[in-house]
Amino acid sequence: MSAFLSVNGVSKRFRGLVAVDRTSFEVPEGGIFAVIGPNGAGKTTLFNMIAGVFPPDAGTITFAGERIDGLPPDRICRRGIGRTFQVVGPFPALSVEDDVIVGALLHRHHVGDARVRAHEVLRRLDLYDKRDQRASSLTLPDRKRLEVARSLATDPKLLLLDEVMAGLRPTETDRMVAILHGLNRETGLTILLIEHVMRAVMALASRILVLHHGAAIAEGLPEQVVREPAVIDSYLGVEAIT
Amino acid sequence: MIARLIKDVPGRALALLGALLLALVAAPLVAGDYLLTVLILILYFAYIGQAWNIMMGFAGQLSLGHALYVGLGAYTAASLYVHFGIGPWLGLLVAVPVAALAGAIIGFLAFRFRVAGVYFAILTIAVAEFARVGFDHLSWTGESSGLFLPVAQFTHNDLWHLRGHPVMFYYILLVATVVAFVFCRALLQSRVGYFWLAIREDEDAARSAGIDVFHYKMIAVVISAAMTSFAGVIYAFYYNNLFPEQVFHISRSIEIILGPIVGGIGTLFGPILGAVVLTGVAETLTAALAAAGVDLPGAKQVFYGICLLLVITTLPDGVWPWVCKRVGLGSRKK
Repeated sequence: MSAFLSVNGVSKRFRGLVAVDRTSFEVPEGGIFAVIGPNGAGKTTLFNMIAGVFPPDAGTITFAGERIDGLPPDRICRRGIGRTFQVVGPFPALSVEDDVIVGALLHRHHVGDARVRAHEVLRRLDLYDKRDQRASSLTLPDRKRLEVARSLATDPKLLLLDEVMAGLRPTETDRMVAILHGLNRETGLTILLIEHVMRAVMALASRILVLHHGAAIAEGLPEQVVREPAVIDSYLGVEAIT
Repeated sequence: MIARLIKDVPGRALALLGALLLALVAAPLVAGDYLLTVLILILYFAYIGQAWNIMMGFAGQLSLGHALYVGLGAYTAASLYVHFGIGPWLGLLVAVPVAALAGAIIGFLAFRFRVAGVYFAILTIAVAEFARVGFDHLSWTGESSGLFLPVAQFTHNDLWHLRGHPVMFYYILLVATVVAFVFCRALLQSRVGYFWLAIREDEDAARSAGIDVFHYKMIAVVISAAMTSFAGVIYAFYYNNLFPEQVFHISRSIEIILGPIVGGIGTLFGPILGAVVLTGVAETLTAALAAAGVDLPGAKQVFYGICLLLVITTLPDGVWPWVCKRVGLGSRKK
């Protein structure tokens, strides 16, 4: 498979702190790629560089054959990279439907067309019945799926998910895993996710990258990565695999 | 188009809207001079409130300097009339672009360099104040001693030159208010309206949903400034005199935003209801006090203050959303 998203030697410093240190990896088209690592490992910083929140200090990011590092978030989204936030931010005063319509309007000029697309996405995310509720009245699991829905409505080719499982109960995690699996299989959507919930990572990811202190310490197939001594030492702990 | 505009509106809301419109059209037939003056003020504030609401209520950008656009519209059209005899409708063709340009400059400076929130509000105050001081020294517009439009006894209403009876101004403002209302509803149901709400709710989330935040904020400030300047032109030809100290003063800007705040920011009826409540009730109060022979200067200001206090503490979303809930009006969406 060809590299769809390619991150090459990317670094980011905040004052003296090196948040991401010369990290490289490639996400193949149609794959589900997980980035794991302890808190403060630089996962969200890495995401923010891909999504254009800030440019990398060094290194390049290419998506579908074109350089995207340094582009602002809205242009990166228009190129086909959707994202969710670690701290969920739906548009509180909007209805669930309107929230998703905003995303769908990116590539559609008529609200009617956008509404059709929004309904499609809402059905997929099990939110269709709640479409007239205000986004702020939703429970956390619903809000997480709403963010995925809005992002999905922008018709991304690559979806960046920043800890969408955090705070979910196991049954809700399984539901989210099933939804993401379905999206990946049925629409060919490429997914890059940051995740702490190993249950979800193991169920979803075709490849895993482990970050520690901003540097990649392991990369490979899930079964291999979780057995690497460095990964067990720095992140998972021994009990995770026993 | 019309079908789309009235979709989602309950039947009795439409019926009430029709009845209100009929009453407003018929009002000058029964209203005396004083009541007519009050109605003109209400419509004036309802219209400008609607324009201001586009920026604050839709796109979430707090402007505290809308007097600038009123003043630019008023001064541009009045100067063209006084100096060159160019009528107000042609003057609009200059006045509106001038105000829109001013809005674009403020917007560019603020949104390009990420000046937001209170800092943006301060910038809008500052520019309006610059304008006030500047016009105080601009001899072409009469400096601080004012610009006066020639007033003669009118034998008939001259719509083309906006010379005539207040009833004419009343109907012009009524049409403007209705057009602004319909226009804002159409905006809210369009792509740009959705993007504005997204920006208002969460700018970062909007940006990552692919919205060019700068672009859409610019559209909001330009539309709002252009609409506001029209009211300025009417203001100039209605009052026939302009003083920088009055027109550009920050209290004018505050007056503009009180209506929408009391009525309900971000709602379509808020600016209208707010104007009715504030202007209508304040004028009634003044009239009642005068009739009772009580001389209380500043009673109106005190009343504004009390109104604001009451609304902010008891109905932070404004009076209109509360009325909607009470009588079961508004969109079906909750």
